[in-house]
Amino acid sequence: MLEIDNLHCKIDDKSILKGINLKIKKGEIHAIMGPNGSGKSTLANVISGHEDYQVTKGSIYFDDKEINDLSADERAHEGVFMSFQYPVEIPGVTVTNFIKTAINETRKSKGLDDMSSSEMLKKIREKANLLDMDSNFLSRSLNEGFSGGEKKRNEIFQMAMMEPKLAVLDETDSGLDIDALKIVANGVMKCSNDENAVLVITHYQRLLDYIVPDKVHVIMDGKVVKSGNKDLAKKIEVVGYDWLKKSK
Amino acid sequence: MSFQDKLLDSFIAFEQEIDLQSPVHVYRKNALKRFENKGFPTKKDEQWKYTSLKSIIQRDYNLSVNRNPNIELKDIKKYSINDIDSFKIVFVDGVFNPFLSNTTHDGMDICVLSAALSKSKYKKTISKYFNKIVPDDESLASLNTSYTQEGAYIYIPKSVLPEDPVQILHFSTGKNKPLWLQPRNIIIVEENARVEIIERHQSLKSHTGLTNSLTEIYAEKNSFIDYYKIQNDLESSNLIDNTFIDQKRDSNVRVHTFSFGGKLTRNNLNFYHKGENIQSTLKGLTILEGDQHVDHNTLVNHAQPNCESHQDYKGIFSERSVGVFNGKILVDQIAQKTNAFQQNNNILIDNKAKVNSKPQLEIFADDVKCSHGCTIGQLNKEALFYLKSRGIPEKEAIALLTYGFANNVLKSVNIPSLKKRINSLISKKLGVSLGFDL
Ligand SMILES: Nc1ncnc2c1ncn2[C@@H]1O[C@H](COP(=O)(O)OP(=O)(O)OP(=O)(O)O)[C@@H](O)[C@H]1O
Ligand SMILES: [Mg+2]
Repeated sequence: MLEIDNLHCKIDDKSILKGINLKIKKGEIHAIMGPNGSGKSTLANVISGHEDYQVTKGSIYFDDKEINDLSADERAHEGVFMSFQYPVEIPGVTVTNFIKTAINETRKSKGLDDMSSSEMLKKIREKANLLDMDSNFLSRSLNEGFSGGEKKRNEIFQMAMMEPKLAVLDETDSGLDIDALKIVANGVMKCSNDENAVLVITHYQRLLDYIVPDKVHVIMDGKVVKSGNKDLAKKIEVVGYDWLKKSK
Repeated sequence: MSFQDKLLDSFIAFEQEIDLQSPVHVYRKNALKRFENKGFPTKKDEQWKYTSLKSIIQRDYNLSVNRNPNIELKDIKKYSINDIDSFKIVFVDGVFNPFLSNTTHDGMDICVLSAALSKSKYKKTISKYFNKIVPDDESLASLNTSYTQEGAYIYIPKSVLPEDPVQILHFSTGKNKPLWLQPRNIIIVEENARVEIIERHQSLKSHTGLTNSLTEIYAEKNSFIDYYKIQNDLESSNLIDNTFIDQKRDSNVRVHTFSFGGKLTRNNLNFYHKGENIQSTLKGLTILEGDQHVDHNTLVNHAQPNCESHQDYKGIFSERSVGVFNGKILVDQIAQKTNAFQQNNNILIDNKAKVNSKPQLEIFADDVKCSHGCTIGQLNKEALFYLKSRGIPEKEAIALLTYGFANNVLKSVNIPSLKKRINSLISKKLGVSLGFDL
């Protein structure tokens, strides 16, 4: 589903990713860990098509198609979704209107008509329930004044609505209390199936007890320095990253 | 001959057409003298620093009106709101058109000024109110006063609460030459009464016309007035709007100004408080492109204690368009416990667009709450990426951010079909259709 081949990127002449290789098949869940500033969010942004990050070398393939030149909205139409580490506040646009627009623009790109209001409403209710979201959130301005945890929950709500093929979850667990973590992780797992894939970026093993990864990768200084199974995450939780530095 | 001289000379011809015995005639003559002395404002006037009338007044205009413009309902229908019942006062080239209008004298007067000036039963009201809040030193207001003849006349008696809004529609055809129009509106809302008004100036042909409009509004004790100005004229038309509002105690007046079109638009919006516990709301949404220029010049004079005013002006400027906001809050010494807020936020879409924002706070009372804030910025790039990453294309994403930005102005529009109309004007302006109403 996703294949990243020797990806290099820079921002303002600063090299950040220095040859990332990654392959995720459909039905799989991968986790990325790594120290602060190692390039995890950058990778997520580059996959999503953030224009500030300039790809200098390498390719990103999605469903066997190179997507390097697609804009962020086109990638979303292909089925790429990112849950933001820092969701942006959009005053004056309600969660409902935002998600309606997102869904209908995506349908439009596929030549489909707008989703009927009743179907939309039903789906919104269903997904909001899944994430145990209070319905008054839906009529609030997107992320404005949301607590850290509420923002993250709202990201996963959007994911559930958009039904992407690939969901990149950038530190979705940070800011969540333990009950919210369970609800959100459970929501992710409910949406996960044999046809889609999840890439979770996290600092904590805790999340991976709920979203159990098939593979774990460690990124340091813009490169994948180690890949393994879920035990790798457990080891990092205990010993940190120093041993990987030395083995470089 | 300069246009100013033409205006002065034409007064003699104008006097042939009107009733010289009318009590307003002395106002006309005095106003003309003041205009003669002062002339048109220039950039040297502090209040006109960022807006020049020079190119406009260098042209020649037709002053005498076309008595028989051939306009039918189908020509103007799209400029009015038709899906609700409303009163309509329609002028074409400055002349009242009874066929296109829907006026009333049933329990209130929603009609035209020329009628009010000519009939004796209105004499007392006209004498009591006419030109009572228009300052002498504003030459464009003086110019309008000197040619007072036609416009809307609205009188809502005590405790009358009309269900339907009033639409005041000024059309200009300018068949042969650009037209110079000077409508004079007077609106009086008595104690405990209310009214909703929608005003629009619209050119039907693209000629470089100019309208110098003046509206006097009197809000008596505990009255409520909701006034919506829709400025979406052709890109060749110019509008100077002078609005003066006199508020008595416990009254509440809200003015929303939507400026989406026209070449040069100047809004002089002035509130004067004449009692306690008054509320004044001034909201503006300006969306411009091309070489359009809109100047909002506001004044709220807090002259009594315990009153509140809220100003919220938002602007979005593309291409080479220019926005000016000059908001003055004047708090007199006796106006203790005043709450006066002012907010002006602007987004520049292109780097050739320009905004001049100047708050002016003159506060002579010590126990007041006043605040003002002004921002000029670009669209938030991270927000744009956020929307795009959810499958919303750039153009629609910009539109959505614009809607969000504008929402605070839109949400207080109390007439649903007007709100819908404004939404569709914005969509058209931004070249998108979004599948929801705000
Ligand atoms: N827009 C930007 N401008 C300048 N530098 C940037 C930008 N985005 C990322 N960087 C830099 O790139 C490096 C990688 O940042 P990134 O956000 O990808 O790290 P991360 O692995 O997600 O870290 P964390 O665990 O703290 O979230 C950092 O040194 C960061 O300062
Ligand atoms: Mg990060």
